Amino acid sequence: MIGHLTRSERQLTLYMLLAVVITGLAMLVAGKDDSLGVHGALVMVVGIAAIFGVIAEFFEPEPTENRLDSYYDEPSRIGIVFAMAWAAFGLFVGAWVAWQLAYPSLNFEAGWTSFGRLRPVHTTSVIFGFGGNALIATSFYVMQRTSRARIPDQISPLFIVFGYNLFCLLAVSGYMIGVTQSKEYAEPEWYADIWLVIVWVTYFVVYMRTLLHRKEPHIYVANWYYLAFVLIVAVLHIVNNLAVPVSFSSAKSYTIFAGVQDAMTQWWYGHNAVAFFLTAGFLGMMYYFLPKRAGRPLYSYRMSIISFWGITFFYLWAGSHHLHYTALPQWVQTLGMTFSVMLLVPSWTAAANALLTLNGAWHRVRDDATLRFMMVAAVFYGLTTFEGSFLAIRAVNSLSHYTDWTVGHVHAGALGWVAMITFGSIYAAVPWLWKRENMYSPRLVEVHFWLALAGTIVYVLAMWNSGIIQGLMWRTYASDGTLAYSFLDSLVVMHPYYIARAVGGTLFLIGALVGCYNIWMTVRAPRQPMAGPEADYPEPRVPVGSVPQAAE
Amino acid sequence: MQIERDPVSGYLTTGHEWNGIKELNTPVPRIVWFFIAVTHIWALGYWLLMPAFPLGSTYTKGLLNADDRAAVTESVRQAQAARSGWTDELMSKSYAEIQRDQALMAEVRRSGRALFGDNCVACHGENGQGAPGFPDLRRSSLWGATPEVIAETIRVGINSGHKDSRVSQMPAFGRDQMLQGSQIQEVLAYVLSLSGPAGPRPAEMVEAGKAVFAANCASCHGDDAKGKLDVGAPNLTTGYWRTGGSGASLHGVLWDGLRGQMPSWEGRLSPVDRKILTLYVVDLRERHQ
Ligand code: HEC
Ligand code: HEC
Ligand code: HEM
Ligand code: HEM
Repeated sequence: MIGHLTRSERQLTLYMLLAVVITGLAMLVAGKDDSLGVHGALVMVVGIAAIFGVIAEFFEPEPTENRLDSYYDEPSRIGIVFAMAWAAFGLFVGAWVAWQLAYPSLNFEAGWTSFGRLRPVHTTSVIFGFGGNALIATSFYVMQRTSRARIPDQISPLFIVFGYNLFCLLAVSGYMIGVTQSKEYAEPEWYADIWLVIVWVTYFVVYMRTLLHRKEPHIYVANWYYLAFVLIVAVLHIVNNLAVPVSFSSAKSYTIFAGVQDAMTQWWYGHNAVAFFLTAGFLGMMYYFLPKRAGRPLYSYRMSIISFWGITFFYLWAGSHHLHYTALPQWVQTLGMTFSVMLLVPSWTAAANALLTLNGAWHRVRDDATLRFMMVAAVFYGLTTFEGSFLAIRAVNSLSHYTDWTVGHVHAGALGWVAMITFGSIYAAVPWLWKRENMYSPRLVEVHFWLALAGTIVYVLAMWNSGIIQGLMWRTYASDGTLAYSFLDSLVVMHPYYIARAVGGTLFLIGALVGCYNIWMTVRAPRQPMAGPEADYPEPRVPVGSVPQAAE
Repeated sequence: MQIERDPVSGYLTTGHEWNGIKELNTPVPRIVWFFIAVTHIWALGYWLLMPAFPLGSTYTKGLLNADDRAAVTESVRQAQAARSGWTDELMSKSYAEIQRDQALMAEVRRSGRALFGDNCVACHGENGQGAPGFPDLRRSSLWGATPEVIAETIRVGINSGHKDSRVSQMPAFGRDQMLQGSQIQEVLAYVLSLSGPAGPRPAEMVEAGKAVFAANCASCHGDDAKGKLDVGAPNLTTGYWRTGGSGASLHGVLWDGLRGQMPSWEGRLSPVDRKILTLYVVDLRERHQ
């Protein structure tokens, strides 16, 4: 993993890891009576394991002089492996909590397996573990190629990937031992948050430095989105996590915001986590991998401009649609609602741009499951954003809020859009990154596609039904003016839908496991010379234009 | 870097290329502009009509003068007015009168079911049948079984922290070393013999237990063990055990004591709703017998 670093860079890596171990030790000592100490010990163990890893490779031969001539793909490869590992884990936990909702005793009565703890384990593992690693890995890949420049730094990209995963590990292990800020999607406590700030600012700097080294005169759309993702997530993360620790020996902190301001900050964050993490970043992925795989030019540069500026501008106002009919002043709700509706047009423009790009390549969509993943993702993106704008209307939200309809919307986006575009992009990128002719088994990609699609449809349909029934039951009055149903009555009706959702989720999980196996076998396959690898260099070695990317 | 014409769509490229990806310079379709216009005009209209923008310490009120708080207050008022026909009747009549009025009791059963479902089933079970530690409301009567007593229990709760809360406490005879292990076995044998055949328990053990009971328990549970309403000490002779009734669970009560907690509902449920629940519980009891 560090074979491409020079001796002095390896030394520097060791010093950095030593600093990590010392930080862990400090946390352990300061927080010995607190969960902070547990996390200190975890940081130490991870740091020491990494030191052993580096030492094991320390005396391997140094890289050749020309290492800087090629793209820097090691961080992307590591990121993809992490992404798939988190997918397997996070989807497993997702399926587990789904079964728990149908059969509550599946929590086996332990604290750490209770629904309240496993739920954030699920959301963090899939969004940040799976999604985040996939975004980091593909952003490095795409940024270098569309800039025709190698990442100028050697250690920092590795620092970003490993540092980011340390954050995810602290987050997920923390929930299980009861460490949380209780802010959805921002649950990790102050020390993990500070660590993520360091990692993320490094990410931003590396991204900018590569972009500044670019040899293309223009910046491709995919990079606009990736950049918006990196920049805005930094801002969101820092603002929403402003908090005062109880003491430096305690894992607990309290946010500096109070009351309705706290709620508004949280959902400004929460919604833009959806916008810039789950949308902008993955749009970046789509804008590169979809035309690339389809072998078609992007349908419209001008539509890209409309959607990019529309999406980035309108999303930032829309957070208050998560707080309709709450203590939040009505005028803030009005703004959230109207901007959400205006957001629909640029969102659909982005989806349409992707689908129209496929004109002239529909036969490939038919034959190639990888491209079909991306096509279906674009369709679900359109569907989810339409649904989102609809749910943001106050009258609709008064029915949907607190119900499974929201959960259905979330997973139409999460499974149909986020996961599908990621799987498609990963299947495209893996052979390119590991210099293989093709995936180990295109048939298994096909199997994965159908499992994922079936799982998503079952999941989403079950939640739409259950959500709407739930919402209606809660607001049904008998003729005498009293509520017709108790909450328990609605739970009884939910039960079959919860079973259906769990079945759908299990299908989706199996699909992802098939994908892990396929990727693993591809990576292990003997390295074959692939068609035209000369193209995959920052400095063209053959005349420009004559070397299409080696897609199978 | 040259501009080409795409054979499929017929549009020109922009002339840029990144890693083999080109872009067409397709104009933005009319329909996109159309919907941008529609959504923006709609939003503008909405901003004019509804509260929309902050102005320092106040905000633009909108032409419709809409106000969420006023709207909610109004709809709560309307809902109450719609219910007032039968709820007024419910509040003005006595328990006995209501119980005789079949139409009113039908309302009680219907609305009571939802109220009971939302507030009580978590502890007392779907049909009030209880669970270990939580009394079966169809059979148990710690404090009495009249509607007035039940209404008061619901209002103030038991060991609830309400200022008028009912207070009950079964001492921890074993843990606090008031009785020895053998005495606990004996009194347990005696207590069990009150509601059923003593079974395998030797008669002299029951006899010894009787003495222990008279010395330690009768003050609360009464000489005849039929319970005392004023301290919430249950009748031990009915064969119904709120704590489950196995030898082990009863032994647990004698060893560790018992102090059940029932929330107070005053302030959480309106007087009408509490009256409905009272009647609902009374009705459950009657239908059970
Ligand atoms: C200070 C008054 C007091 C004394 C003395 C007392 N009890 Fe109790 N006992 C109670 C109260 C009150 C409860 C109900 C506690 C609750 O549910 O909160 C109770 C509950 C019980 C129960 C559980 C009934 C059930 O339905 O599961 C048993 C059995 C019992 N007592 C037996 C005894 C025996 C035997 C003794 C004597 C060794 C004794 N008690 C002495 C007040 C007393
Ligand atoms: C948090 C659990 C809990 C909830 C919720 C609850 N109860 Fe109770 N309730 C109890 C317990 C425990 C007792 C017995 C207290 C004791 O042991 O002394 C009790 C006792 C009672 C009694 C007295 C029974 C007797 O034997 O005299 C009544 C009546 C009652 N509850 C009605 C209700 C009603 C009506 C509701 C819904 C509005 C309700 N409870 C909600 C826990 C609960
Ligand atoms: C035009 C775009 C979109 C709009 C206007 C929108 C709007 C909404 C609305 C109104 C809610 C419900 C709030 C509530 O009642 O609590 C919601 C929830 C949510 N949406 Fe979207 N949505 C959009 C796109 C997406 C996409 C693409 C995703 C990707 C996965 C997504 C993920 C989520 C999530 C995770 C939640 C749940 C938040 C929570 O309560 O935890 N949304 N969205
Ligand atoms: C195997 C597939 C999956 C299953 C079975 C599953 C299941 C669940 C369940 C049961 C919940 C809790 C719902 C509730 O509280 O009622 C949940 C929440 C959530 N999941 Fe998943 N999930 C899966 C995949 C994903 C993926 C891939 C993502 C994101 C990329 C995701 C993102 C979320 C989010 C954001 C929430 C919180 C929703 C909210 O607060 O409204 N899930 N999931």
